[in-house]
Amino acid sequence: MAETTYLEAIRQGLLEEMTRDDRVILLGEDIGPYGGAFKVTEGLHARFGEGRVIETPISEIAIVGVAAGAAHMGMRPVCEMQFIDFMSNAYSILTNYVATARYRAGGLPTPMVVRGPSGGGVRGGPFHSQNAEAGYLHTPGLKIVAPATARDAKGLIKAAIRDEDPVLYLEHKWLYRRIREDLPDDEEILTPLGSARVAREGTDLSLITYSAMVFKALEAADRLAAEDGLSVEVIDLRSLAPLDDEAVVRTVRKTSRALVAHEDTRTGGVAAEIIARINELCFEWLDAPVRRVCAHDVPLPYAPTLEDFVLPQTDDLVRACRWLARY
Amino acid sequence: MTSPAPAAIPPIPAGLRREQLLDLLYYMRLTRALEERLVNLYRQTKVIGGLFRSLGQEADAVGSAYALDREAGDILSPLIRNLGSMLVQGARPVEVLRQYMAKGESPTAGRELNIHFNDLERGFLGQISHLGDMVPVMAGIALHFRLTGQPRVGLVYVGDGAMSTGSFHEGMNFAAVQRLPLVVVAENNGYAFSTPLRKQTAVKHLVEKAAGYGVPGVQADGNDVLAVYEATRAAVGHARAGGGPSIVELVTYRRKGHAEHDNQSYVPLEEIEAWVKNDPIDRFARQLRETGWAAPDELEAVDQRITAELDEAIAACEDEPFPDPLTALDGVYADPPRADLEWYRRLDG
Repeated sequence: MAETTYLEAIRQGLLEEMTRDDRVILLGEDIGPYGGAFKVTEGLHARFGEGRVIETPISEIAIVGVAAGAAHMGMRPVCEMQFIDFMSNAYSILTNYVATARYRAGGLPTPMVVRGPSGGGVRGGPFHSQNAEAGYLHTPGLKIVAPATARDAKGLIKAAIRDEDPVLYLEHKWLYRRIREDLPDDEEILTPLGSARVAREGTDLSLITYSAMVFKALEAADRLAAEDGLSVEVIDLRSLAPLDDEAVVRTVRKTSRALVAHEDTRTGGVAAEIIARINELCFEWLDAPVRRVCAHDVPLPYAPTLEDFVLPQTDDLVRACRWLARY
Repeated sequence: MTSPAPAAIPPIPAGLRREQLLDLLYYMRLTRALEERLVNLYRQTKVIGGLFRSLGQEADAVGSAYALDREAGDILSPLIRNLGSMLVQGARPVEVLRQYMAKGESPTAGRELNIHFNDLERGFLGQISHLGDMVPVMAGIALHFRLTGQPRVGLVYVGDGAMSTGSFHEGMNFAAVQRLPLVVVAENNGYAFSTPLRKQTAVKHLVEKAAGYGVPGVQADGNDVLAVYEATRAAVGHARAGGGPSIVELVTYRRKGHAEHDNQSYVPLEEIEAWVKNDPIDRFARQLRETGWAAPDELEAVDQRITAELDEAIAACEDEPFPDPLTALDGVYADPPRADLEWYRRLDG
């Protein structure tokens, strides 16, 4: 067992898959000797050479398009977006070319991963703090994962690389060096796509979330247990596409009250989709309306007072849970 | 009195053999004849969507694709007016007919239109409608060739319109920096939909853009199939030898509107008439006759072969059904193999 940060877990996952399968290549800006803006790929260029770790010009369309072409030919490219905010530069080729390839082109395979640092809370301002998931969740053909733990950071990057479909792997930069876990050296960690995790068992209400919000949810659950005697179940979705409907239905049937939370903005967000599914799949099990806690519908501002107000905080979750429990 | 000596047959240029000249003629005529048949089917409303012609541009598509090495596994990606390039790579007329008529048996099972289909084994990757995107994708295929040490070449078509896109720029720049074995054929046919070249770019010749990427560029007469072949062949050889990408500009002309529905009201009639006289198929057939590279009966045989092949292809697929509606749900992902239908069925529950 070794203590591993979330960031190291991603790197380990990349390293293991590159060692295991020489079809795995990396493409991205500054990912060579420099090791990437956050050092996720540090050491990989030295180990695998410039044929496997390919530094690219500043050109997200090229990174994604080149990866798609290489993937058609049997390679397993992993693209790094320096910040996930820049993935929108490649939005068209991702949604129009990559996502549709298998369907429109006689089963043309495009097994590739696009990964990069997402999320706020790091005073990054409007262009280094975004959460990209909602903009892609709407597109059939893409899979989306968002790990919250070091174990899943490793297990999901490995599973994403092995997956036959294109996967957006949204890592949260706030977690990079803030969380560390003991990960076993002697066990291969693979987290299946499309499978949620119960982060904390509970019986009174369900808090359904993903990525860094899992930690605020756990904090809220602790407080509610201590201060209100409430037993909150926390569900870490891990995959947003495909969504683990069964896990959502299971927890709603168990607690009959649900709060869906995410760091991304509210309108057209992932929570809206989850709430619609709860409505379709298990409305009769509910004792209260399903609520959501999300960021305010504004670009994410820079100043600490502004950012902390806009992003959902533990207090917001606690208040919403109390409202639900009272209902 | 002695009879005059027969005029000497001039040598065939570009290292081509006589059968290959007939091949070139065959593919150009097949392209045109297939499109003419499609016009008939379009008028009978059997073509479901739009119909895109390459009338007058057959030499650029056929001559450039012919410069690839199919044995070596070279791969190209066409644009909408490069039907001829796909036929050279082995796409069959019946596949194109099925695509246009949205048949369940079409290569894309009725999901995609016209020549948007692919077979990497035969060496063609269908385009999407977002112009320029195929440049980075083909750069990725060329990257695979280079990383795996295979002496294969990729070729991607762009037009005067596609070259204005960000995707073209990023893909071209990446290919240049990585010195990938990629040939970029810039088909200059004068118009992108209704927009003339002068409103598309401030350069006089598309080939001037090559300098901005640090790659070689050449320009050739796109209506002279042998010139097209020769220019592309040199670029393909350069790429295969590790010299990196280059741009081959083929100057031609779009004699029809953007699609069959477009009446070309924005084009002066004299302009079209001038290019009718420069028809690439007429030019090549005349050249074959006048040089003696082919006998008149050989040219006739090409036409007869095409007529028979197209009769057979249309008969084979004309009455085929559309795809079963439920197949629409299959194959978005490898896993799950089928999109959820239960949410929809529950509407009755």
